Amino acid sequence: MGAALEIRNLHVSVENQPILKGVNLIVKQGEIHALMGPNGSGKSTLANTLMGHPAYEITAGQIIFDGVDLMDLETDERSRMGLFMAFQYPVVIPGVTVANFLRNAINARMKAENPDSKGIPIPAFRKLMIDKMNMLEMDTSFAGRYLNDGFSGGEKKRAEILQMAVLEPRIAIMDETDSGLDIDALRIVAEGAEKLTDSLDMGVLIITHYQRILNHIKPQFVHIMLDGQIVESGGPNLALHLEEHGYDWLREKQNGNGSVS
Amino acid sequence: MATRRRVAREFQAPPLSRADVEALSERHHEPDWLRQARLAAWDQYESMPMPTTNDEPWRRTDYRHINWDSAGVLLAANGGTYEDIPAANRQPLLGEVQGGMLAFVDDRLVHREVDKKLADRGVIFTDLRTAAAKYPELAQKHLMTHAVTPETGKFAALNAALWTHGVFLYVPRGQSVTLPAHSIFYTTRPGATLGHILVVLEDGAQIDYLHENLSPTLDSDSSFVGVTELIIGDGANLRFVNLQDWGHHVYEFSHQRARVGRDGQLDWITGQMGGRLVKAFMEIDLDGQGSWGRMSAVYFPDGKQFMDLDTQQNHNAPHTTSDLLFKGVLKDQSRSVWQGMIKALPGAQKTDGFQANRTMIMSSEARADSIPGLEIKADDVRCTHASATGQIDDELVFYLMTRGLPREEAEKLVVDGFFVPVLDRIPFENVRDRLMAYVERKLLGQA
Ligand SMILES: Nc1ncnc2c1ncn2[C@@H]1O[C@H](COP(=O)(O)OP(=O)(O)OP(=O)(O)O)[C@@H](O)[C@H]1O
Ligand SMILES: [Mg+2]
Repeated sequence: MGAALEIRNLHVSVENQPILKGVNLIVKQGEIHALMGPNGSGKSTLANTLMGHPAYEITAGQIIFDGVDLMDLETDERSRMGLFMAFQYPVVIPGVTVANFLRNAINARMKAENPDSKGIPIPAFRKLMIDKMNMLEMDTSFAGRYLNDGFSGGEKKRAEILQMAVLEPRIAIMDETDSGLDIDALRIVAEGAEKLTDSLDMGVLIITHYQRILNHIKPQFVHIMLDGQIVESGGPNLALHLEEHGYDWLREKQNGNGSVS
Repeated sequence: MATRRRVAREFQAPPLSRADVEALSERHHEPDWLRQARLAAWDQYESMPMPTTNDEPWRRTDYRHINWDSAGVLLAANGGTYEDIPAANRQPLLGEVQGGMLAFVDDRLVHREVDKKLADRGVIFTDLRTAAAKYPELAQKHLMTHAVTPETGKFAALNAALWTHGVFLYVPRGQSVTLPAHSIFYTTRPGATLGHILVVLEDGAQIDYLHENLSPTLDSDSSFVGVTELIIGDGANLRFVNLQDWGHHVYEFSHQRARVGRDGQLDWITGQMGGRLVKAFMEIDLDGQGSWGRMSAVYFPDGKQFMDLDTQQNHNAPHTTSDLLFKGVLKDQSRSVWQGMIKALPGAQKTDGFQANRTMIMSSEARADSIPGLEIKADDVRCTHASATGQIDDELVFYLMTRGLPREEAEKLVVDGFFVPVLDRIPFENVRDRLMAYVERKLLGQA
């Protein structure tokens, strides 16, 4: 049985300002979910909260991953359990090369499992990197560059997926990985993500504003977030509907509901 | 460990005397000129008050807590050997070959080797006392006469009077040496040592040189009063790396100054890791037209360490270029001060001076001060500075942690990356690795 990520009635505040107002969502391994919603509705807040970002305070609710309450776990422990987030805005880490960083990340996993582990041997690591970079059609010179330093928008997004490919998570959150990618890059990244989904039986939560990435990775479920809540869930057609009609009909529906209850 | 209650004190001088100067010179049968120079320096020393926090360069550096009862007693060697120095520090700098190695334990020379390739080119790499006896003209010409002079300050005068051991590195005219020179001052016990480094590159000479100051943790206060003089002739080129990893309880007071001749080049990198309190003056004089000088530092105090690095870039001739990049990381209750001055003399036209001090603070109790300064008397110059102090960036640490790195390792990567621009300037790979290891010890070895 695969693991599941369960978000129950999640309330989150930033600087005492409520942002998420009762989110419920279950993502299981092997499932592909899309999360859509207007700017500022709280999608990245949800993603960052799942990873344990210190700025986001959980005021109510629970996050359960593989039966474990994540509240008690540090960010790095969540990662080593198999949770991954591709950042909407990846940060620049000056002076640290992609290769050095990824080797450290792999070794951290091996050491957590076995404190005596010597880490991954260099030749094995080199092969792993080359394989994954080939899959994502990345130039291998990236390995020697400082992480995200001077990367173009698209290169940053590709580097995020490279990390996902190397770390092989069970559940991955991809926060607007499609924005900033040109058409070819989008196809490569999306196909890479799809391959990983199949081969790893990975569960994915794709945060996006656009239908186009969903043409490559087809979601079974589409959710819509409005003002800190998931207000609508449905199948792939929901995304197509949004593309055509925008969010207004949902807002109206919300307001209508509000006045009734 | 005996801790004694300390009452508020004056800025006291160490309990040293003219008789100590005479005895030291006598014991080593030093030549008369040297003995006279020492005694003159002693008079100079006695004519100056101890610096206090009322003196501008010392304003932030309060050393009153030093216990001169132990730190002011001249340390005499008692049988320490080369093997007492940690093996990592004794490794050759490039591959298998040691270009030159000069090692001192306490105040005594314990090891000297100079590769034939250096000797054949007339390179002199020996202890300063031997140099004073064997090459008196050279030593007399350069020793505390035009880089650091006894008048420079109280501790400069003290070193001139009482230096206990030293290095003399001399590269003759036009000789370009590829094998590096390496020297170590290693202290094994509490007390006072006064080390001196004198490097002379004649016109067109070239060499790389690493000097290290080290000690294990000492169990009571100790002092190191140091002078470093780098004399770089016309068209000469020196890459100088200076690492400091004193144990706890060591107070360093040092004056370091370079003079660079016409079209000469100096690339000077320092790593400051240890010590209880460090007050180091570092100064580059670009004396010759077209000369170039670069000063870089990584420093990383933790615990209650205090480091005050006082730099000066003097443009004394036209078309001179200086560049300074200092990077510091602070932990715990540590403190750092950097005060940097760029000076351009009248007539030093077309000079280009730059300085930047960047610090990263890892605790709410640590504090870093940056005091840049410009004193420009020429009108056609470009002199700029940039400084930045900030906490370690939580977003970077979070990002790395989302990839499974525990917090300490994430912080270590961020710190390593922060230091990389300076570390990349160190020409010896194993020295870079060693510095990284010091950083790791600082980050993970929280007491
Ligand atoms: N670290 C933060 N500090 C302050 N406010 C924040 C922070 N993170 C999120 N917010 C606020 O929370 C709200 C939700 O932001 P969030 O980034 O989650 O939106 P989003 O749905 O991801 O939007 P977008 O589609 O533009 O990426 C916004 O009003 C935002 O300003
Ligand atoms: Mg967002």
